[in-house]
Amino acid sequence: MIPELGHFALILALLLALTQGVLPVIGAARAIPAWMAVARPAAQGQFVFVAIAFGCLAWSFANNDFSVLNVATNSNSQLPLQYRIAATWGSHEGSLLLWVLMLSLWTVAVSVFSRQLPEEMVARVVGVMGLISVGFLLFMLLTSNPFERLLPAAADGRDLNPLLQDPGMVIHPPMLYMGYVGFSVAFAFAIAALLGGKLDATWARWSRPWTTLAWCFLTLGIMLGSWWAYYELGWGGWWFWDPVENASFMPWLFGTALIHSLAVTEKRGSFKSWTVLLAICAFSLSLLGTFLVRSGVLTSVHAFATDPKRGIFILAFLTVVIGGSLVLFAWRAPRVGLGGAFELVSRESMLLANNVLLAVAAGSVLLGTLYPLFLDALNLGKISVGPPYFDAVFVPLMTPAVFLMGIGPLARWKDASLPEIAVRLRWAFGVSVVTALLLPFVMGRWTPFIAFGLLLAAWIIASSAVTLKHRLSRSEGGLRARLGAQPRAYYGMLLAHCGVAVFIIGVTLVKGYETERDVRMAVGDSVTVSNYTFRFDGVQSINGPNYRGSRGTIDVSRGGKHVRVLHPEKRIYHVQQMPMTEAAIDTGIFGDLYVSLGEPVSGGAWSVRVYHKPFVTWIWGGCIIMALGGLLALCDRRYRVSAGRHEAIVSGGGTKGAAGEVAAG
Amino acid sequence: MNRFLLPLGIFIVIAAFLAVGLGLNPREVPSPLINKPAPAFTLPQLHQPEKAFSQQDMKGKVWLLNVWASWCVSCREEHPVLMELAKSNAVPIYGLNYKDPRDDAIAWLKQLGDPYVLSIADRDGRVGIDYGVYGVPETFVIDKQGAIRYKQIGPLTPKALKDKILPLVKELQL
Amino acid sequence: MRGLALAALLLFACAAMAGTAVPTVTDPLTNKRAVHLAEQLRCLVCQNQSIADSNAELAVDLRRQINEQIEQGRSDGEITDFMVQRYGDFVLYRPPFKAITLVLWLGPGLLLTAGIAALVFNLRRRRAQRVDEPLSADERQRAELLLAARGRK
Repeated sequence: MIPELGHFALILALLLALTQGVLPVIGAARAIPAWMAVARPAAQGQFVFVAIAFGCLAWSFANNDFSVLNVATNSNSQLPLQYRIAATWGSHEGSLLLWVLMLSLWTVAVSVFSRQLPEEMVARVVGVMGLISVGFLLFMLLTSNPFERLLPAAADGRDLNPLLQDPGMVIHPPMLYMGYVGFSVAFAFAIAALLGGKLDATWARWSRPWTTLAWCFLTLGIMLGSWWAYYELGWGGWWFWDPVENASFMPWLFGTALIHSLAVTEKRGSFKSWTVLLAICAFSLSLLGTFLVRSGVLTSVHAFATDPKRGIFILAFLTVVIGGSLVLFAWRAPRVGLGGAFELVSRESMLLANNVLLAVAAGSVLLGTLYPLFLDALNLGKISVGPPYFDAVFVPLMTPAVFLMGIGPLARWKDASLPEIAVRLRWAFGVSVVTALLLPFVMGRWTPFIAFGLLLAAWIIASSAVTLKHRLSRSEGGLRARLGAQPRAYYGMLLAHCGVAVFIIGVTLVKGYETERDVRMAVGDSVTVSNYTFRFDGVQSINGPNYRGSRGTIDVSRGGKHVRVLHPEKRIYHVQQMPMTEAAIDTGIFGDLYVSLGEPVSGGAWSVRVYHKPFVTWIWGGCIIMALGGLLALCDRRYRVSAGRHEAIVSGGGTKGAAGEVAAG
Repeated sequence: MNRFLLPLGIFIVIAAFLAVGLGLNPREVPSPLINKPAPAFTLPQLHQPEKAFSQQDMKGKVWLLNVWASWCVSCREEHPVLMELAKSNAVPIYGLNYKDPRDDAIAWLKQLGDPYVLSIADRDGRVGIDYGVYGVPETFVIDKQGAIRYKQIGPLTPKALKDKILPLVKELQL
Repeated sequence: MRGLALAALLLFACAAMAGTAVPTVTDPLTNKRAVHLAEQLRCLVCQNQSIADSNAELAVDLRRQINEQIEQGRSDGEITDFMVQRYGDFVLYRPPFKAITLVLWLGPGLLLTAGIAALVFNLRRRRAQRVDEPLSADERQRAELLLAARGRK
């Protein structure tokens, strides 16, 4: 009964989405207020029904209803409750339902927090999001129904993939999808602007907070995925340039370019058509990611059970959405105009350069990911493109961007002076070089790689300090007054950039100083890694709720003093008979101790991998700081200006760049 | 106007490749040994370990080398197809028993039937590595001069037999 | 007396045995070269792992092969060639630099050059087309009102 209710709710949601997608858009084109007014209620209604459908599926999982095919394939009665619920989105069908839930959630948010926007804009934005919903709902109802019945019902389920039975599974996909789907808002704003033919600074101001929020979610989602892989997969890696990881990274790169581009469009009315294109690209890559995971076109650890038939539908959907929006772009963008002029050396040009670098980086990742497919399709043989390629290509592209991070904030809008910036930054540059030359010796070993990474990180931090000092010197009053006078968005930027620095430090120090031993240990044997001594104290059999396995005991000491005891495990889950390695990790701010069991060898001994990973948590810490910076920027007072003032600004801040600048401050 | 059409152009090219990609299998690794001499080996026979067998012995004949193991689930899938093929006498089939304990292998053949003229035991998988075996079952078509002409990755299907292998065998036997 | 000596000997032997762990084939410290080679080869049965990281049977076998070949005195190039001869270019984790991968390796550089060229070209064009209209009297009044309103905040 409940599954049928869910199925019916989906159909109703589809009808509402159709209404939401068609009427308001036509209403905006033909200036029919009644049709435009349909947008908000339709969006809210769609959300209710999608939520009901999601609830029905989650209920089926929680209550072990094995007459539902999806539950039978992905769950099991022995599975703990939290994972039964997480299994709702553990399959292709369930994750689609999560996608649509997130989409309807964002749409409702837009419909609620848009009182100050003109009606045609709201109608178009909500309408476009409705059309995207239609695509996904149709996809589900036609090819991937989560409520399909299995009759006669299975006695028990095939269990959730053991790799997914983890707290990380509970948060990573929702966070990631919030990001992916969030970029649909920026996309909808872009399409709305193209449809309406009006693209100005105020449009940028409206889309900016939505885009930043989506970017924050995507940053956290990717970070969670990386951290989860690190502690779950058992061999200490945290990024593999796997096609699906790349599929989440490319929208992030374009999203980062977009938030910088929007800053310029908001402040100066420039880059308009480029910003619109970035918004289209960011969301297009989100959709492309959806395609890559589900179509079987690329191999990946993340791929769902592949089915080319579904691939055809998504590809058709992709072609309609992306192709359609790019056609619209080609048609309308030329009319949009150039906006405020600026010199070859100015903050605008540096932000544009940053955009070019990010876009080329994303393009290179796309090239590497799809290249095996290109060659195979042209019958030129099969190659594989692994991390060595991406590492070799990505770092040189991002290095200039990091340098720009230091220079950009100091450059003036419209016309900046390089010599002036150079003078301001020479202290920062000096500090960076000295740090790069000396710090590695303090840490243990000097290599060009480590020095280079530290140079970049120190550069960001030092130049941020210089920028802050310079900015504060332009205000008046005591230190506290000056600090308070700066907008939150400014601090958000500094924080986010420092987050990047922390990330670079983490990556550099881990790759530069990590040590690994892969040894065969009998009971009592010990191995020493970076001053830590690991003693193998044997392995016991254990029994978990839905698995059995072996639990090792490793005693860790340093300089004779006991540090802690670690318990790496090797499990076999009953239903899927899949062996899993649960690494034991001792996490610290200055480094992780990581132990994982290999295979048992003769005589009660085991092969064990022991790692010391210095500063590895700074990788994810840096990402969290970046996201916090974004959130801080979102809380800027400008976005909470009252409706009354907005009226004045909207009518006055039309198309002239100069007036736009006045309004934005 | 031209530069605004560029993104659309790039997308169309990518979409075309993706469409083609839907029909391909990214996990299939083609063999670089096609049209090259079959790697040499001399291995003990499964049922009579005192006797050896080498690919040399088959010079002048067209034959199939099928890689199988008792622990391999997909091998069960293709087994009926192999039995049919053996009965039809179209081409002799020799088995390469890959990383399998002898008793298990013999019991498996006894239980399901033996389509092979004979099987050889590759206990540690070295010959498998030489032949580029990465996923059992795999089947090689080898010609009279001892060159590999075709590799079937995965279980043999009636369709693969009809469309690719049997016509090739016929052509090679001329 | 002899029994005591024997017991002591055994005890001593046991203590000596519970000593340092023995490095395996994939130990980066003692088998640097083997691990380095293994990291450059893709595990064909796993998805997106090198044979250094993977625990699949084939990966274990191939690691053993690498180790044996190192002991036989083969060079790095010879060992990688051995693998490529049997499994094709696909087994290389780092795509080779060949005619068919030219676009792959040169692509990013070309994209960057094109991007920078487009950027510079665009900026030059903007400068030529500079259209900074001065404010009309009406607009100037509105601007002043807005500035004044902001000041009063």
